[in-house]
Amino acid sequence: MSQQPLKGLVILEFCQYLSGPSAGLRLADLGARVIKIESPNGDACRKLAIEDLWVDQDSLLFHTINRNKESYTANLKDSLDLDKIKKLIRKADVMIHNFRPGVMTKLGLDYEAAKLINESIVYAEVTGYGAEGPWSKKPGQDLLLQARSGLMYTSGTQSDPPVPFGLAIGDIICGAQLVQGVLAALIRVKKTGKGAKLELSLLESLLDFQFELLTTYHTSGKLPQRSESHGGHALLGAPYGIYETADGHIAIAMVPLKSLGSALDAQELMSYDQSDAFAKRDEIKGVLADLLKTRSSEYWLDRLRKADLWAMPLTNWQELVSSPGYKAQQMEQVVSGDLKTTRCPIRINGERIYGKQSAPQLGADNRKIEKEFGLV
Amino acid sequence: MKLLEDILVIDFSQFLSGPSASLRLADLGARVIKIEKPGSGDICRQLYVSDVKIDNDSTIFHAINRNKESYAADLKNADDLKRIKQLLAKADVVMHNFRPGVMKRLGLDYESVKSYNSSVVYAEINGYGSEGEWKDLPGQDLLLQALTGLPYLNNDATRPPTPMGVAVVDILAGTHLAQGILASLYDRLNSGNGALVQVSMLESALDFQFEVLTCFLNDGQQLPKRSEFNHAHSYVAAPYGVYKTMDGYLALAMGDIRVLSELLMCEPLRNYPDPKTWFKERDAIKAELANHLATDTTQYWLSVLEPADIWCAEVLNYEQLLEQEGYQCLDMELMVKTTSGSSVKTTRCPIRVDGQLLTSDIGAPGLGFHTDIINDEFLI
Repeated sequence: MSQQPLKGLVILEFCQYLSGPSAGLRLADLGARVIKIESPNGDACRKLAIEDLWVDQDSLLFHTINRNKESYTANLKDSLDLDKIKKLIRKADVMIHNFRPGVMTKLGLDYEAAKLINESIVYAEVTGYGAEGPWSKKPGQDLLLQARSGLMYTSGTQSDPPVPFGLAIGDIICGAQLVQGVLAALIRVKKTGKGAKLELSLLESLLDFQFELLTTYHTSGKLPQRSESHGGHALLGAPYGIYETADGHIAIAMVPLKSLGSALDAQELMSYDQSDAFAKRDEIKGVLADLLKTRSSEYWLDRLRKADLWAMPLTNWQELVSSPGYKAQQMEQVVSGDLKTTRCPIRINGERIYGKQSAPQLGADNRKIEKEFGLV
Repeated sequence: MKLLEDILVIDFSQFLSGPSASLRLADLGARVIKIEKPGSGDICRQLYVSDVKIDNDSTIFHAINRNKESYAADLKNADDLKRIKQLLAKADVVMHNFRPGVMKRLGLDYESVKSYNSSVVYAEINGYGSEGEWKDLPGQDLLLQALTGLPYLNNDATRPPTPMGVAVVDILAGTHLAQGILASLYDRLNSGNGALVQVSMLESALDFQFEVLTCFLNDGQQLPKRSEFNHAHSYVAAPYGVYKTMDGYLALAMGDIRVLSELLMCEPLRNYPDPKTWFKERDAIKAELANHLATDTTQYWLSVLEPADIWCAEVLNYEQLLEQEGYQCLDMELMVKTTSGSSVKTTRCPIRVDGQLLTSDIGAPGLGFHTDIINDEFLI
């Protein structure tokens, strides 16, 4: 029984910001030893604060993404440092980078070079737009990828301007795909001794993320149409969406119209046929919205849940974290330095996985690593 | 050799969360057999979207289930159940997304399967974990978005709370499940032991928000505030947002207001020289920028900003995206053939391995199409 399935693996993370480092965090939580290779200036995320929140000299944001890792500084343009890095690659199982295309080749640290040093290395690179093509040199920043990938036309209503996701979905989803690729490659290494090169981009990850919408678009040739109101999902009919009640909001997911009308005691909804759910989506949502405004969330939820229909009150974070259902998950952990954050969402053998080592100071592990790996 | 060659995955899951995980395992080389209820199958087959169908199944079913086999079995029928157990005895991975307790009642829970397949990796997704007051609620994407506060992060503050328009919680929970499965398969090669992997959509939705929730948990629990205008991220200063131009929309990421003021020749921005004000004054700054950017075309602004390495992009819809060389050169589209011979255009796996795209022209299976073939092959 092990909660650390990746124990013993050494991963070198030549990454900044979120896409690569979020993958490094997951691998670390699953038991791998993750060493951040940082320039003497460090991961730029160290200086990128949100809400002006800092832990020592580094941003809280950096601490959130890089807990449970070690830090080794090297100037990759210095030949002595580069030699040390190559020695480290010899002992590593995985290396991940998210430099723009061409940078690692110039440094002599591309896959071909790494493979000569370590035949079984799993080498993964993350770019914004892939290694080739007219966009390959463009900055791989999340909002820009959301803009180019069509994603901004999936949320909100038809009269809204393009609506971005309010989180860095491109970085997160690409990081998640990266972890899958690395782990699958490690399985082959174990069986054959043969390493692998993995290439991912935020753009391809965001296209994969929209695979349902894109497949539907390829089939119908029609652009996804957001609802006129109560937008939930461009491809889904009424009632799917979030509605205002007398005292808050409730979300209603896929629910057959007759069942909905019956549960809410709404004759007007009963008059629609299920085949109208998409064609008359705006009209039906309008009828429902007028009705739901008249009573409290609790009143409607009680009726919907009694009929086993899919509904949920809209909850803000304050309400969420004070609820027993949230507390039962034991999702929070305090990492050293008194910083409260969330844990890995995966449970293995019934055990939750915590990783309470705080993020490293820049170069904190240089000495230890040089000695341990015989770099000097 | 494919990365997951010779790995057999038996997948009882429906809809999106579990099936998106097994799709990725199939892309990476595993063999995935869907176990479906005779007659109706995976409920996703009937989840018609935009009223578009392929082979009488929904388009999204085809997107999610390409490159898989379908085995029809009634889990309440003793003969079928016996055959399923014979199949599970050969499986490397078993996965499901039933509500808590269902697999136990069927005698197909981890402890039961482990008794005859000791090294199985058994993976389950549910909505809210197996403890707590919410455990029996339906695990559906929009409901999880609502419960975890996600709609308060999107769209302008003047607009209602707005959910993300892709089933992001399902998809992320699927990636987390695949991660747990793969890590456990790796561990099994060392230890010989199987594992139980559990993911809930609730925990996945919280993990998705780990950066901003950590902020919330350490700032005295202040709720996020969306921008009044041109909103993109509650925690990022101006100019971060999407702006209307004379002929379209322009996304502007993090940038220096002083530099923008000069490059765009936008006088009013000169009133904000201090970077410390760019968060607090973001609505005022965005309003000035919005007025200014509306006066010329997207291409014009790009021609000014991109050479100066300002992070910006034109906003594209699918039709415009598909015309771009930057999209076409990715070769992201995949043609597959369903078991009834229909061609479906979909997207491929986003991971390249050893310089190769991971593609397969095998489409989604008809319900129970492979039942007899699998019975013969596994002698069951």
